[in-house]
Amino acid sequence: MIIHSIFFYFFSIIAIFSSLMVITSRSTINSVFFLILDFISVGCLFIMVGAEFLGMILLIVYVGAVAVLFLFVVMMLNVAEQKQSWFIGKKSTHIPTGLIVSVLILLELLVVVGGWKYKEDLMSSSTLVLSNVSNTHQLGLVMYTDYILYFQLAGIVLLLAMIGAILLTFRERVGVKKQSYINQISRNPTTAVELKDVKSYQGVKIDD
Amino acid sequence: MIEIGLGHYLSLGAIIFFLGVIGIFLNRKNVIVILMSIELILLAVNINLISFSIFSGDIVGQIFTMLILTVAAAEAAIGLAIIVVYYRNRGSIRVEDIHGMKG
Repeated sequence: MIIHSIFFYFFSIIAIFSSLMVITSRSTINSVFFLILDFISVGCLFIMVGAEFLGMILLIVYVGAVAVLFLFVVMMLNVAEQKQSWFIGKKSTHIPTGLIVSVLILLELLVVVGGWKYKEDLMSSSTLVLSNVSNTHQLGLVMYTDYILYFQLAGIVLLLAMIGAILLTFRERVGVKKQSYINQISRNPTTAVELKDVKSYQGVKIDD
Repeated sequence: MIEIGLGHYLSLGAIIFFLGVIGIFLNRKNVIVILMSIELILLAVNINLISFSIFSGDIVGQIFTMLILTVAAAEAAIGLAIIVVYYRNRGSIRVEDIHGMKG
């Protein structure tokens, strides 16, 4: 149990530190790196607490796809010259309000955590964790039966996100030679071949 | 203090949520950092759902965590596409320069 607490404090301190660095670091690329570190440490916490499948999903999908997407966008845009620390530039009037609201949110959440107590008959749900099958097996047993509609909806959300991202970033380029399949396959010998009558010692002018 | 319970995980989620909110409110840099703060907030929500799911022995919390992961990935993709389009049109994604709606 002492090992459990040591690992919990280790990973959670890394997670808190790296999320602090995400919002305070000077260049955006460092923020993305600390976001990756945050995802990895929280994924390790998930694996440690017993949700192995979601921890692995966090490591693979988030670190492998979403964080790399952030990295791509940061590399594509010219944000290097925009690095700027906090509170510099035009003075802004919403900083005190934002600080007060954020600290109040944290205090409220911590008050709720401090006053938390279990309900007495908590273990009366219909989808209890079975102890003899693995975490992934349990997730599959519930997700593909009771929650199949939500699963399909998640797929539709991903499809719409893909279509939306492609539509947003698509642009028609002008002045680019493109292959036109319909022109290629609709050629026939009468239009494709042109016979020219070449006079002697005069040659023929092609490609005019 | 030594015995790790539900309160520890909830406190971790609360702190990460707080850092995400403060990153949105106090950001003076570009919009990508705001998107990363939203990712932090969703991560805090996932921590809460998974710790409740584990400590109360109900698997449904992990299923909702999976749906939140899906929505977060879709949101990141759409948001980054919008940022790319905005940068292509305006040439800047600084927070101070985005005041077209005078908000």
